[in-house]
Amino acid sequence: MTQELLTALYIAASVLFILSLGGLSDQEKAKKAVWYGIIGMTIAIFGTILGPDMKLDKLLIPALVVGSIIGLVVALKVQMTGMPQLVAALHSFVGLAAVFIGINSSIEPPQNLSNVEIIIHEIEIFLGVFIGAITFTGSVIAYGKLSELITGKALVLPGRHVLNILMTLACLVLGYMFLHQYGLWTLIAMTIIAFIIGAHLVLAIGGADMPVVVSMLNSYSGWAAAATGFLLGNDLLIVTGALVGSSGAILSYIMCKAMNRNFISVILGGWGDNVSSSQEIEGEMIPADIETVSGTLNDAQNIVIVPGYGMAVAQAQSAVSELTSRLRNKKKNVRFAIHPVAGRLPGHMNVLLAEAKVPYDIVLEMDEINEDFPSTDAVLILGANDIVNPSAQDDPNSPIAGMPVLEVWKSSQVFIFKRGQGRGYSGIENPLFFKENSRMVYGDAKKSLDEILQKIN
Amino acid sequence: MIIGCPKEISKDEKRVALTPLSAKELIKLGFKCQIQTKAGLESNYSDQDYKDAGVKVISSKDIWSKSDIIVKVRAPSNPELKLLKPKTTLISFIWPGQNKKLLEDLKKKNVSVISMDMIPRISRAQKMDALSSMANIAGYRAIIEASNNFGRFFTGQITAAGKVAPAKVLVIGAGVAGLAAIGTAQSLGAIVRAFDVRPEVAEQIESMGADFLLLDFDEDGSGEGGYAKPASKEFIKKEMQLFREQAPEIDIVITTALIPGKPAPLLWPKEMVKLMKPGSVVVDLAAEQGGNCDLTKPNKLYKTSNNVTIIGYTDLPSRMATQSSNLYSTNIRHMLSDLAPEKNGKININMDDDVIRGSTVVLNGKITFPPPPPKVQAIAKHESKNTSKTPEEIEKEELLKQKKAGFQQLVLLIVGSLLMLLIGFYAPPSFMQHFIVFVLSCFVGFQVIWNVSHSLHTPLMAVTNAISGIIIVGALLQIGSSNYIVNILAIISVMIATINIVGGFLVTKRMLSMFKKS
Repeated sequence: MTQELLTALYIAASVLFILSLGGLSDQEKAKKAVWYGIIGMTIAIFGTILGPDMKLDKLLIPALVVGSIIGLVVALKVQMTGMPQLVAALHSFVGLAAVFIGINSSIEPPQNLSNVEIIIHEIEIFLGVFIGAITFTGSVIAYGKLSELITGKALVLPGRHVLNILMTLACLVLGYMFLHQYGLWTLIAMTIIAFIIGAHLVLAIGGADMPVVVSMLNSYSGWAAAATGFLLGNDLLIVTGALVGSSGAILSYIMCKAMNRNFISVILGGWGDNVSSSQEIEGEMIPADIETVSGTLNDAQNIVIVPGYGMAVAQAQSAVSELTSRLRNKKKNVRFAIHPVAGRLPGHMNVLLAEAKVPYDIVLEMDEINEDFPSTDAVLILGANDIVNPSAQDDPNSPIAGMPVLEVWKSSQVFIFKRGQGRGYSGIENPLFFKENSRMVYGDAKKSLDEILQKIN
Repeated sequence: MIIGCPKEISKDEKRVALTPLSAKELIKLGFKCQIQTKAGLESNYSDQDYKDAGVKVISSKDIWSKSDIIVKVRAPSNPELKLLKPKTTLISFIWPGQNKKLLEDLKKKNVSVISMDMIPRISRAQKMDALSSMANIAGYRAIIEASNNFGRFFTGQITAAGKVAPAKVLVIGAGVAGLAAIGTAQSLGAIVRAFDVRPEVAEQIESMGADFLLLDFDEDGSGEGGYAKPASKEFIKKEMQLFREQAPEIDIVITTALIPGKPAPLLWPKEMVKLMKPGSVVVDLAAEQGGNCDLTKPNKLYKTSNNVTIIGYTDLPSRMATQSSNLYSTNIRHMLSDLAPEKNGKININMDDDVIRGSTVVLNGKITFPPPPPKVQAIAKHESKNTSKTPEEIEKEELLKQKKAGFQQLVLLIVGSLLMLLIGFYAPPSFMQHFIVFVLSCFVGFQVIWNVSHSLHTPLMAVTNAISGIIIVGALLQIGSSNYIVNILAIISVMIATINIVGGFLVTKRMLSMFKKS
C-alpha cells in the first residue's frame, strides 16, 4: 500500500469519526453512529498495519488479542452504575499510551529533520508526555474516587497552589533542559513530576465535582492523542485527538455552567468540605411512611421523579422503572427531571434509566421541565441533594448560589428518599428538606420503592 | 397520664377531639385514653370503635374528675367549668383574645390551658395548626354550601339541550380557607378569580388555577405572622372600584378576610350585593367576626330582595364532623406528642419552646396570655421588591452586554490571529500543515458536539474514549524498532489502546441499545 492510499484511508476514517460523533444528536441516529466509529477505526488500524511504514513484530497479534479480550470482558461485565469508573479507567490508558509513545519518539527520533523541526519535535514530545502523564494519574485517581477505593472528599494540602506552581515550574525548567540536550533523564523526571501533578489535581477535587473532572480528563486524553499526532506527524491522530479534546472541553463547559461555577475554580478544587451555611434554617424534617407516599402517588395525576447519585448507589433504577410503568398504566403523567450534573458522569442518569427500560421520551432535561413544577402533584427525589437545593436561588451567600436547580419545591408535595439526615456530597445544608410540603423517606431507596410498589397495583 | 375527652355539650357542635385513630397513637406515646359515651357519635365513631382502639368509655360526667388532661373542641361553657378539677391540663379552642372572662375563670380553677387557636404560625407547628386545618374544611364546605344554593352547574357544558355557561366564583382573601375554596371551585369546573391584599400570595392563587385580580396600588397588606393588616383609605377605595367592576359578572362570592384581633373588614357591602345577578350566592366565612358583608346574619341563610342568597354559617367545619374531627384530633395528638417528648405518657409544659409558649394561655393558675412574640419569624421577610426596571433600561443593558460580548470576541479574534501569525512566522511548513488540520478539527469538533443531546452525554464519552484509542496508530508505527525498550513500550501501548477501542465501542453499543421510546 502506498503512502497516498494510506492518506486516503485516513481521510475516510476521519470523516467517519466526525459522522459518528455528529450522529449522537438523537437516540435513533446514535445506534448507526457507533457503526461509523467502528468502521472508521477498523479502516485506520488495518490501513496502518498494511501501510508502508509498518514493521511487523511477532508480539503484535498477541497484544491486539489480549487487549481485545480485556476490552470485551470489561465492556460486557460493567454495570451501568459503574460507568463513571470505566470511563475514567479508559482515559488513563490513552494517557499512558501517549507517555510511552512520546518517550519512544524521543529515544528514536525521526530522521532527516532540520534544526527548527527538531526543536518543534522535542516541544511536541514534551507536551504530549506532559498531558499524557497528567491524564494518566488523574484518571487513575478519579477511578479510585469513583469506585470508592479512595475517599471522595477533597484532599486539601496546605499551600497546594504553591505546590502546583512549583511543580509546573520544575517541569518548565526540565523542559528547557530537554530542549538543550541534557538527555533523556530530563524527560523521565518531568514525566514523574507530571504524574504527581495529575494525581494531586484530582485528589483536591470533591465528589460533587466529579462530572467536570471526568469530562476534563476526557478532553485531556484527546489533547494527548493530538499531541502524539503532532510528534509523529500523523494527521489522523491530530484530527481524532482534536475531536475528542473539544468534545471533552464542551462537556466540561456544560457541566460547569450547570453548576454555575468557573472551570478554573473547579480544577483548582478544594471546594465543598468546610462550608458553613449562612442562612439559619427553621422548621424540621418531617418523615413520611410508605402508606403516605403510596397514597399520595395513587391520588396524584402529575408526578415527576428526580433521580440523583443516590439512585445509582442504591441500584434503585429498576424499581423506579417498575413504579413508573405501574403509574403510567393508571393513566398518570409520570416524567423524569434530569439535572445536567446529576450523578458522577455527564448523562449518567439517562443511561441508568435507559438500562431500566424507562422510555427516553419521558426523561426530560432541567430546562424542559422546570416550569412544570407548579402544576405537579408529587415529586419523588431519589438520592439527589444539591441539584434541588433552593438556597441556590434564595441565599446569595450559599456556596452554590446562582447554580441552576430543579424547582421541585413549587410542586404540591415533595418526597425525599434519603439514606439519613446527613448532608449531601457537597456538605451544604438543604432548606428543601425543611419546607412545609417536603416529607423525608429515610432508608435505602430501593427497599422503600419496593415497599411502595406493593401498595400500588 | 389519663387523657379524657368529654362529649361536646353545645348543640351545634358535632366534632369530637379524640378519634379512635388518634387515641391509638396516643396510647403508643404512653398515655391512657378515655372518652365519654356517645361523644363520637355525630362524627360517626361509635363507642365500640373506641373500645377497639383501647379507649375506656365512661358513661357519666366523671370523665372530668378522672382525667389529668382534658381535650375538647369548643371553649368550656359555665357548666363545664364547674366540672373542671384543679391541676388538670385543658387542651381546646379558647379564643383568649375575645374571651377575657373565660381566661379569668380558668385562672381561678388553678389549671393549665393550651389554646389550639394560639399555635404560632411557624413551619414546625404546622402539624398542630388547628386553625389551618379547620379553615381548609370551611373553605371546601363554603363552595359546597354555595353550590347547594346556586341554581346552575359550576362547569360549562355544551349539551343537546343548549349551552351552559360556567359559574364565575370570586374568592376574597387567599388564606387557607380561601385557597381551599379556590381549589374546590376549580375542581368543580368554575372560573375562579381571587383577591388578596397581600401581593405575595398571587403565586399561591395562580398555583391553584385561579386568576389573581391585581390591584394597581403600591401598598403591601401583609402584617405579622402571615396574616393581613388593615388597609389604608385610598387602598379601600381602589379595592371597592375593582369589586364594583366584578360584581355584575360574578355568580358566587366567598369572603374569607379576617384581621387578627379586629372585627372583620367590610369588603362586600350592600351596594355590591345589589349589583349581583339574581340567584347569585355570597358565602361569608367571617360571619363570626361580624362578616365581610354587612347583610350577613351569623348562623343564618338569608335571601335579599334581589334574590341573592347570603350564607353566614359559622359552623362549617362542624357540618363535616368526621373530617373535622379527624384533622383536629390529629392536631391535638401532635400537640401532645410535642408536650411529651420522652414518650413516657407524661406531659411537660416547656415554656422555652416557642410553640408551647405561644399556645399556653394559663399555666398552673397564672395567666400567660398574651405570649411574647415568637423568636423565629413566621414567614421569611420578603426582600424589598427588585427595583423594577423599565423596558428601555433593560434594553439598554442588553445592548451594553451585547456590545461587551462583541468586543470580547473581537479581542479574542485579534489575539488569536496574531498568535497564528507568530507561529506561522517561525514554524516550518511541515508543522503548519499539521497545525491547520488541528485547528480545523477543533472547529469541526466544537460544531458537532454542541448538537449532541444531553441524555447521550455518557455514550458520547464512551465513544470518544473508543476513538481516542486511535493513538494505537502511533504505537503501531513504533513497533518493530531495534531498540528493545521502544519495542516493549510500543507493544504495551498497542495493547492498552486496544482495550480502549474494543471496550469503548462495545459499551457504547450496549448503552445505546437500551434507549427505547415508549
